[in-house]
Amino acid sequence: MSTETTHDDHHGPARGLSRWVFTTNHKDIGTLYLLFSLLMFIVGGAMAMVIRAELFQPGLQFVEPQFFNSMTTMHALIMIFGAVMPGFVGLANWLVPMMIGAPDMALPRMNNWSFWILPFAFTMLLSTLFMDGGAPAGGWTMYPPLVMQTGNAFPFLIFSVHLMGISSIMGAINIVVTIVNMRAPGMTLMKMPLFVWTWLITAYLLIAVMPVLAGSVTMLLTDRYFGTSFFDAAGGGDPVMFQHIFWFFGHPEVYIMILPAFGIVSQIIPTFARKRLFGYSSMVYATSSIAFLSFIVWAHHMFTVGMPLTGELFFMYATMMIAVPTGVKVFNWVSTMWKGSMTFETPMLFAVGFVVMFTIGGFSGLMLAITPVDFQYHDTYFVVAHFHYVLVTGAVFSLMAAAYYWMPKWTGNMYDEKLGKLHFWLSTIFVNVLFFPQHFLGLAGMPRRIPDYSTQFTEFNQISSIGGFAFGLTQLLFVYIVYKTIKGGEKATDRVWEGAEGLEWTLSSPPPYHSFTTAPEVK
Amino acid sequence: MLVTRLKRLLTASGGAALLLGAPGALAEYGLNLPRGVTPISQEAYDMHMLIFWVCVGIAVLVFGVMFYSIVSHRKSKGAVAAQFHESTTVEILWTIVPFLILVGMAVPATKALVSMEDTSNSDLSIKVTGYQWKWGYEYIDDDISFISSLATPHDQIYNENPKGEHYLLEVDNPLVVPVNKKVRLLVTASDVIHSWWVPQLGMKKDAIPGFINSMWIRVEKEGVYRGQCAELCGKDHGFMPIVVVAKNEADYAQWVAEQKSAASADAAAAEREWSMDELMARGEKVYATSCAACHQANGEGIPGAFPALKGSAIATGPVDKHIDVILNGRSGTAMAAFGAQLSDIDIAAVATYERNAWGNDTGDLVQPSAVKAAR
Amino acid sequence: MSEAHGGYYVPHGTSWPIVGSIGLTTLVVGFANYLNGSQTGLTITLAGFAIVLLMMFGWFGTVIRESEAGYYNEQVDKSFRWGMSWFIFSEVMFFAAFFGALYYARMLSVPWLGGGDVETNQLLWNGWEATWPTNGPGEIGGPFETVGAWGIPAINTLLLLSSGVTVTLAHWALKKNRRGALVMWLLATVALGFTFLGLQMYEYSHAYHELNLTLGTGVYGSTFYMLTGFHGLHVTIGAIMLTIIMLRCIKGHFTPDHHFAFEAVAWYWHFVDVVWLGLFIFVYML
Ligand code: HEA
Ligand code: HEA
Ligand code: HEC
Ligand code: CUA
Ligand SMILES: [Cu+2]
Repeated sequence: MSTETTHDDHHGPARGLSRWVFTTNHKDIGTLYLLFSLLMFIVGGAMAMVIRAELFQPGLQFVEPQFFNSMTTMHALIMIFGAVMPGFVGLANWLVPMMIGAPDMALPRMNNWSFWILPFAFTMLLSTLFMDGGAPAGGWTMYPPLVMQTGNAFPFLIFSVHLMGISSIMGAINIVVTIVNMRAPGMTLMKMPLFVWTWLITAYLLIAVMPVLAGSVTMLLTDRYFGTSFFDAAGGGDPVMFQHIFWFFGHPEVYIMILPAFGIVSQIIPTFARKRLFGYSSMVYATSSIAFLSFIVWAHHMFTVGMPLTGELFFMYATMMIAVPTGVKVFNWVSTMWKGSMTFETPMLFAVGFVVMFTIGGFSGLMLAITPVDFQYHDTYFVVAHFHYVLVTGAVFSLMAAAYYWMPKWTGNMYDEKLGKLHFWLSTIFVNVLFFPQHFLGLAGMPRRIPDYSTQFTEFNQISSIGGFAFGLTQLLFVYIVYKTIKGGEKATDRVWEGAEGLEWTLSSPPPYHSFTTAPEVK
Repeated sequence: MLVTRLKRLLTASGGAALLLGAPGALAEYGLNLPRGVTPISQEAYDMHMLIFWVCVGIAVLVFGVMFYSIVSHRKSKGAVAAQFHESTTVEILWTIVPFLILVGMAVPATKALVSMEDTSNSDLSIKVTGYQWKWGYEYIDDDISFISSLATPHDQIYNENPKGEHYLLEVDNPLVVPVNKKVRLLVTASDVIHSWWVPQLGMKKDAIPGFINSMWIRVEKEGVYRGQCAELCGKDHGFMPIVVVAKNEADYAQWVAEQKSAASADAAAAEREWSMDELMARGEKVYATSCAACHQANGEGIPGAFPALKGSAIATGPVDKHIDVILNGRSGTAMAAFGAQLSDIDIAAVATYERNAWGNDTGDLVQPSAVKAAR
Repeated sequence: MSEAHGGYYVPHGTSWPIVGSIGLTTLVVGFANYLNGSQTGLTITLAGFAIVLLMMFGWFGTVIRESEAGYYNEQVDKSFRWGMSWFIFSEVMFFAAFFGALYYARMLSVPWLGGGDVETNQLLWNGWEATWPTNGPGEIGGPFETVGAWGIPAINTLLLLSSGVTVTLAHWALKKNRRGALVMWLLATVALGFTFLGLQMYEYSHAYHELNLTLGTGVYGSTFYMLTGFHGLHVTIGAIMLTIIMLRCIKGHFTPDHHFAFEAVAWYWHFVDVVWLGLFIFVYML
C-alpha cells in the first residue's frame, strides 16, 4: 500500500472562506457547528422574547394570534434542531477524536456535508416567515389535521425537516463509526470517557429515530398533495396515528438532547472534585437503559388522546421506570462530589446548576408520567415548565458548562473567570424567575400555546416575562465572553484544569490541526 | 391602579417563594391544582400532592447531601480528595429503593386511572364537538343541541375597554349539567383536534375528527366552572372557552323544558318568510360569532390565509353557490362545513348579510326555505 | 488498533458536499414551489436533481480513484463498512415508519371506526363495518379491487430471491478472482432487478387502470403504494448501483480481498430483498 499521500500534504488549514466551506477537519467542522448553534440560539431566543413580550399582559398587544403560533412553532424547531442538537454535534466533532486518540473523524468528507446542509435547511425554514399564509403555526409537533392548514410554507417545512434529518443521520453515523473504529490502541470501550459513551448511545438513537420522523412528515406531505389518507378517518386513517409515529421519534429525541449533557457533566464534576467519577460502569449501564426505555414510552405525550386503558397503564409504568437509571446518574454525580476536593470555576458552577435544576425538571417529568394527573397537567404551562427545566437548565446549561470547560483548550486562551461566574449567577437566577412561575401557571389552569389569557394569570406571566428578558440579556454576556476569549487572554496550559484527566489534555492548547498524528498509547 | 398592580405582583412573588405554604391565602393566584368538584378531580389532586411530596422528600435528601459536600468538601477548606470510586452495593441499593418508591406510586395511580376510564352506567350522554373555534353540544337523549362560543367582546381583547371579570372564560351558551349525575361526554371534532378541559372537573380529552372519545364527570356541587380548549387548534385556540353550569335537578329539568320549547319555536320560524331587516340583523350576529374570526368583521379577510368576502365572486355571484360553500365548506381548507353547526335560519341570515354588507349591495334575500332545499 | 495519521487517509478539503447541499436545496425548493402551484417549480427541481447527480459522480469518482490508487488501508475500509451498515439500519427504520402505519391502520384505526367503538361507529359513521382491505367509511377513491399475492407479486418474490443468490455467486466469483463469472452473475442480478421493476410498473398500471386501486384509495391505497413505491425506488437505486459496480468490474476494478464498494451494494441489495419479503407477507399475503 502506498503511503506517500495518505493525508493532506500541507499541515495547516487553508486560508479564508474556503477553509470553512471545504474543510474536512474535525476541529474546523466542530467550530462551525458550535457557532451555528450559538447563532440559532439567538434567533430562537429572539422568538422566545416575542412570545414573552406578548404574554407580559392579557389582551393582544404586539402580535396577532396566528403569528404568535408561528413564533412558538419556529422557536421550538430552531432551538431543538438548530441550537441544541448542532451544539452537541459540534462538541462531539471537537472532542471525540481527541478523547479517543484519533487523527480525525472516520469519514471526513461526509462530516463536512453533515454540517453544510444545516445552513441551507434553516434558511429555508426561516424564509417561511415571509411566505403567503405565514410561517408554520401548528406547533413543533406538526399534528394533522391542523398542520394541513399551513399556507405556502407547508412543503418548505416538510423539506427542511427532511434536510435536518439527513444532516443528523450522517453526523450520527460518522460519530458511531469514529468511536467504534478509530480508538487508539488500548482505548477499550470501558476506558472511554463518559462523554464518548453517551455520544455513542445518542448517535445510535439518532440513526434509529430520525428516519421515522422523515417517514412521518413524508406521510403529511402525501396526505396533503397526493391524496393519501394516512391521517384522515374518512379514508380509514387516524390523526392520532401521526402522533404515535411522531412521538416514537419525539421521545428518544428528548433523550438525544440530554444524554450528551450527562456525558459533559460526568467529565466536569470529577475534574473539579479532583476525584474519579463514582460508578463509571453503572453510569454506562444507566445510559444504555435510558436509551432502551426511551423507545417504549412515547405515548406518555398522548395520554389524553383516548388510548385504551391497558395502553395508558403500560406507558405510565414504562415512563416511571426511567426515573430509576436517571436517579442512578444523579446519585453517582453526588457521590463523586462527596469527599472530593472541590473548587468552583465556571464550568463546575454550571455543572452543579445542571444537576440541581435538571433534577427538578426530572421530578416534574415524573409527575407528568402519572396518567391520572397528566389529564390535568397535559398541554398546560406545567409541561412548558417541565421541558424548559430539562432543556434550558439541562441541555443548554450543559452546553455552557462545556464551552467554559473546553474553550481554553480550543482557543488556547483562558476565558474571563469573573465574567464567567457573573454569567452563571445571572443565568441561574433569571432562568428560575423565568420558568419556575410557569409551574404555578400550569397548575392553575393556563393552557400552552395561547397568545392571550384570562386575568388571573397576569402576575405570574409578568414575573416570567421579566425573568425571560433578563435571562435573554444575560446571554449577550456569554456572546461577549466567547468573543473575548477567541481574541486573546491569559494563555492556557495544556492541562488547563488541575484535576483534568483524559487524552485531550495531553495535547497542546490549542491542539495541533491534526489531533493525534501518531496514536497515543493508552494504559 | 399601578400601585395595586404592583402590590399584587409582590404578593404573588411572595407566594411563589412560600411555595405551596398557605393555600388559602394564596388561592387567588392559583398556585396549585384545584381540588375540584368531581370525584375524579379529587383523586387527581390527591395523587398530585402525594407525588409532589415524595419528590420534595427525595430532593431534600439528594440536594442535602450534595450541598453538604459542596460546603464542606471544598479545596479552600483543605479537603483532600478521597480515593473510592465504586461500590456495587450502593449501586444496587439506589436502583432498588427508587424502584420500590415508584411501585408505591403506581398502585394508587392505577386505581385512580381505572375508575376514571370507567364510563359505564352513566345517567346522561352529551356529544361534544370541537369546531374552529367553538364547541357544539348535543344532548343525545333529549334532542337539544347548541353551539357555544366566546362571549368576550373584541374591544376587550384589543385593550380598548377594561377587561371583565371572566375575560376569555365566558361563552354565550354554557353547557348545563345536572349535579350528582354521572354524565358521559362523547367528544369529537369536525375540523382539527381540540381538547375539552375544565380543571375543576378534573378531566381532559382530545376531540379527534372522525373518532369519539368518551369521558365522564359527576359534578358534586352546583356552580359555574370554566375551562379552555387544551389542544392547539389554530389561530383562535386561545379563544375557545368552555363554561359548564351545574344545576340541581329541578333547575335542570326546567332548563331542559325551556330549550325544547325554544327549539320548536325555531323550527316554526324556519318555515315562514323573513324580511330583509330581520335577516340582516340576525346575519350580523351570526357573522360576528361564526365567521368574523377568519373573514374579519369588515369582510376583508386576511390576505394569503382567508379570502375577502367583500366583493368576492362567491358572495356577489349566484346564490346557490354561495349557500353551498357555507353549507358544505371547502374540503382541505380552513373553511368548514357550517351545515352541521348552523340552523337554516342562521345560514340564510348570514348569506343575506354577506350579500348586502360592506358594499356588496346585491339586494338578494336568502330565505331559510332555500337553505333547507339546498341541504 | 489505529495506525493513526500515517495510515488513516484523511482527505484534503472537498468541494462536493457544498455542491450537494446546493443541489439538494435547489431540488426541494423547486419541488416545494411546484407543489404550491408554480409552473417553473419542476424545472428548478430537475436542475437541482442534475446538480445532485453531478455531485454524486464527482464525489464517488474521487472515492473510486482514491480507492484504486490504494489510499485506503484496512481501517478506512472498516469505517466504510460500519458506515454502510448504519446507513442501512437507518433505511430499515424509515421503512419501519410505513410498516408501523400499516399495522396501526389495520389493527387499530379501521377496527375502531368500523364498530370496535360503538359510539364512533354509530354517531359518526352510520354503522359502517370494518373490513380489510378498505378505503375507509368515506369510501375515498371509490370502489376498488386489490392485487392478488399469487400473480405478479409471487413472481417478483422469486425474481428478487434469485437475484439475492446471483449477487452472492458474483461475490464468490470475485473472491476467487474469476472475473468472467463475476461479470456474468452481476449481469444476471441487474437483469433480474430490472425485470422486477418492469413487472412492478406493469402491476401499477394494471391497478390504476383496471382495479381502480390508486394512491388515493383510502388508507389501503396509501399504505400499499407508499410501501411498494418506496421499495421500488430502493430497487431502482440498488439496480443502478449494481450496474455501476458491474461496469467497474468490467473495467477491472476490485481485488479478491479489497472490494468494499461491491459488498456495500450487495448488502444494500439484500436489504431491499428483505424489505420485499416483509411487503410480500404483510401487504400482499395477509
Ligand atoms: C431534555 C429533554 C427532556 C428530558 C430529559 C425529559 C425527561 C422526562 N420527561 Fe419530559 N418532555 C420534554 C423533554 C424532556 N423530558 C419535552 C420537550 C416535552 C414536551 C413536548 C411537547 O409536547 O412539546 C416533555 C413532555 C413530557 C411528558 C408529556 C406531558 C404532557 O404533554 O402531558 C411527560 C409525561 O410523562 C414527560 C415525562 C418525562 C420523564 C418521566 C422524564 C424522566 O426522564 C425524568 C427522570 C429524572 C428524574 C426523575 C430526576 C432524577 C431522579 C432521581 C433523583 C431519582 C429518584 C427519583 C424518584 C424515584 C422519584 N415529559
Ligand atoms: C432547547 C430547546 C429550548 C430552549 C433553549 C428554549 C428557550 C426558551 N423558551 Fe422555549 N420552547 C421549546 C424549547 C426551548 N425553549 C419548545 C420545544 C417549546 C414548545 C413549542 C410548541 O408548543 O410547539 C417551547 C415553548 C416555549 C414557550 C411556550 C409558548 C406557548 O406555549 O405558546 C415559552 C413561553 O414562555 C418559551 C419561552 C422560552 C424562553 C424565554 C427561552 C429562553 O431560554 C431563551 C433565552 C435566549 C435568548 C433570549 C437569546 C439570546 C440573547 C439575545 C438574542 C439577546 C437579546 C435579548 C433580549 C432582547 C432580551 N418557550
Ligand atoms: C376557520 C376559518 C374560517 C371561518 C370561521 C369561516 N371561513 Fe369562510 N373561508 C375560509 C377559508 C380558508 C376560505 C377559502 C377556501 C378556499 O381556499 O377555497 C373560505 C371561503 C369562504 C367563502 C368563499 C369565498 C370565495 O370568494 O371563494 C365564503 C362565501 C365563506 N367562506 C363564507 C363563510 C361564512 C358564511 C362563514 C361563517 C358562517 C365562514 N366563511 C367562516 C375560512 C373560514
Ligand atoms: Cu380548540 Cu384549541
Ligand atoms: Cu417524552
